[in-house]
Amino acid sequence: MTQGELIDSYIVPVHPHTVLAPEQNPGWGKLRAAYDEAAKRIEESGADLIIIYSTTWPSIIGHQLQADPNPEWVMVDHDFHELGSINYSFNIDADFAHAWNKANKERGLQSRTVAYKGFPIDVGSVVALTLLNPENKIPAVIVSSNVYSNRSETTVLAKACLDVIKSTGRKAVAVTAMSLSNRMFTEQIDPKDDKIHSLKDDEWNRKILEFLGEGRLEDVSQLSRTIHQQIRVQKVVTFKPMWWLSAMNDNRNNLTGEVLSYEAIHGAGGAVIHLNQTASGVGNKEYDEDDVETFSGERGVLDEVNSEEADTPNQAESSNGPELWEPTEAEGSVNSQSAPKPVGAYPHARRVGNMLYLSGVGPRQPGTNSIPGGPIHDENGKPCDYDIKAQTKAVIENISRILEEAGSSLDKVLDVTSFLVDMDRDFKGYNEVWAETLGKVGPTRTTLAIRALPTPIAVEMKVIAQI
Amino acid sequence: MTEGEIVAGCLAPHPPHLVYAENPPQNEPTAEGGWEQLRWGYERLRESLAGVEYDAIVVLSPHWQTYIGTHFLGLDNFKDLSVDPVFPNLFRYHYDLDIDVELAQQIHDKAKKAGLSVQMMTNPDFRVDYGTITTGHLFNPKWDKPLVVISSNRSTSYYSVDVMQEMMIELGKVTREAIKESGKKVVVLASNSLSHRHFTTESEVPEDMSKEHITSHAMHLWDMRIIEYMRSGQCQRILDEMPEFTEQALAETDGGAFSWLLSTLEVPSYPAILHGYGTIIGTGNAIVEWPVYKYKEAK
Repeated sequence: MTQGELIDSYIVPVHPHTVLAPEQNPGWGKLRAAYDEAAKRIEESGADLIIIYSTTWPSIIGHQLQADPNPEWVMVDHDFHELGSINYSFNIDADFAHAWNKANKERGLQSRTVAYKGFPIDVGSVVALTLLNPENKIPAVIVSSNVYSNRSETTVLAKACLDVIKSTGRKAVAVTAMSLSNRMFTEQIDPKDDKIHSLKDDEWNRKILEFLGEGRLEDVSQLSRTIHQQIRVQKVVTFKPMWWLSAMNDNRNNLTGEVLSYEAIHGAGGAVIHLNQTASGVGNKEYDEDDVETFSGERGVLDEVNSEEADTPNQAESSNGPELWEPTEAEGSVNSQSAPKPVGAYPHARRVGNMLYLSGVGPRQPGTNSIPGGPIHDENGKPCDYDIKAQTKAVIENISRILEEAGSSLDKVLDVTSFLVDMDRDFKGYNEVWAETLGKVGPTRTTLAIRALPTPIAVEMKVIAQI
Repeated sequence: MTEGEIVAGCLAPHPPHLVYAENPPQNEPTAEGGWEQLRWGYERLRESLAGVEYDAIVVLSPHWQTYIGTHFLGLDNFKDLSVDPVFPNLFRYHYDLDIDVELAQQIHDKAKKAGLSVQMMTNPDFRVDYGTITTGHLFNPKWDKPLVVISSNRSTSYYSVDVMQEMMIELGKVTREAIKESGKKVVVLASNSLSHRHFTTESEVPEDMSKEHITSHAMHLWDMRIIEYMRSGQCQRILDEMPEFTEQALAETDGGAFSWLLSTLEVPSYPAILHGYGTIIGTGNAIVEWPVYKYKEAK
């Protein structure tokens, strides 16, 4: 089976005007036309899954995933009930929802599926699916927006989703159902008088649109907290949809963006935006947020990171094991600034002829010395829960960096010796990551259980490669 | 026409867990009990008002959230299935409730005249929020009295607790005046919890009471402080401290129901009756009655 992928992303407005009253205001009509254009593009893209992250479905017990294969009911908006009712009947990919739920749990998230007759699907999801998938040709899945979640949790939610897209070979489209500025007029208005609530909201919306039009999704994601403070009614804890969408796109800043429409809906900023995977000329920018692989269970993790930001580098450098060394230089030595520093006097690799011999490589991160997936024990030796898959992935990424420094690459690896500190616990996860990465290259492999490694890591690999 | 009156006011929280735990025939999921302290509290409230005659119940629930002013249910009857979007595993309730549209319209008209943004809700497909249904069921399981259902205007989110309170005090005042002019005897209910920080996980058996407690000591202290104000007839202090309480206890008072209730009752200076206090997935909930009828007799 071909590995699945995210092929497109869309940002769409949530209020029911585009479904129930597009003729009442030219702007609402333009948003409807943009919705119709997005639907056409999705159908033509060959997508076989639409994933909706809806800001109008709040949840408390982690994230919820719609898993009723055919939810049907009538939706009436709490505010705009006078516009009428929307009858809905959707085609939900329950198998994908269950697989995503499982992947969420494997990454430490609280998560559950819901499949109950009469479950009230939220207005944002109803509007988005009604217009983007009018004939239900493409199966969909809907995920809630957890009121307490912060960036780390929202990022991990997206990564779990990507795990399932890849493993099930799907061609997926990600959709965030959301307003930009969400301040509405607090009184009834004549539809012809609709406009963005304030100049400030309009200016911020246009700034967001400028970024997204250039494909700079991660830049918008990093502005999320500021956007939340500036132009959002504080009804949820943070402005999350850009975090989710950016993580779904590997935090890229060089997508190809197109604003199909931007208009007011009762004062709020509504936009239909298409983000294509094709790399634009803008180029990737620095990505300086924590790239979290698993959720450790403590909400507000990122706020704590922020508050300690100033202390973090030194703390991290001094933790996670013995003193770090500069890699040694000798004939044939290969050393990389983008690989973690050694814990002794040795180089990252040594070149002999067209052969490359690497020192043992672990998952520690260059610069911060942090361990993706967490250390196996804390500074006092107390065992910690850790993620072997995240650690294994990080090991292979470090190997890749060293190989590239030497003019080689992962596909030229010939032989690997792997060391695990807990074979019973970790072999399965390690083996899964191997299968997805080096397993596809085909080097010989030996896996050994050992008592300990010099740093609090669970896996290390010794590699021989060609140049 | 005899002048109408409010015969009692109650703080009547709406966690769906309480309906779930009672296993009423209208609710699909079934439980092995749980949250008895609060359910017994509701029993005591019902017994306390058993001999008091009234014509209608006016309820303000934080789960019909409106941003464009305050809305009122405006049709005679609503019948449907209500599924809690947050706890669908606990609450799938078949409701059939009557509305006192005349009284709703009277409150609506007075509020409009006072300058508040208001609207009647007349879409027959509208699903009534689970907060209203839960409070309605626990307060009057027979459903034999018509309701006036008022939405929660989210002015706290839009502006501040102070602005919300100013609007809700005005809404409470016009509610009281409309009730007086209607000639009806009415009970007013604020459907909200006190401190409102939830647990973010749920135990395998939701009614496992060994897992239930307040989320933090600070929340407990705030809840007890507010309860003591109610018990000792110091409701003005509650209004005065509402911004701090709402912010620091993440209280569900942000929805305006409690401020509205105290205003309809003319900010009572007589003691309220505490029928029960307990936590539900970490949130603090009190069932409290202001026995207006007794106070009137005493006067």
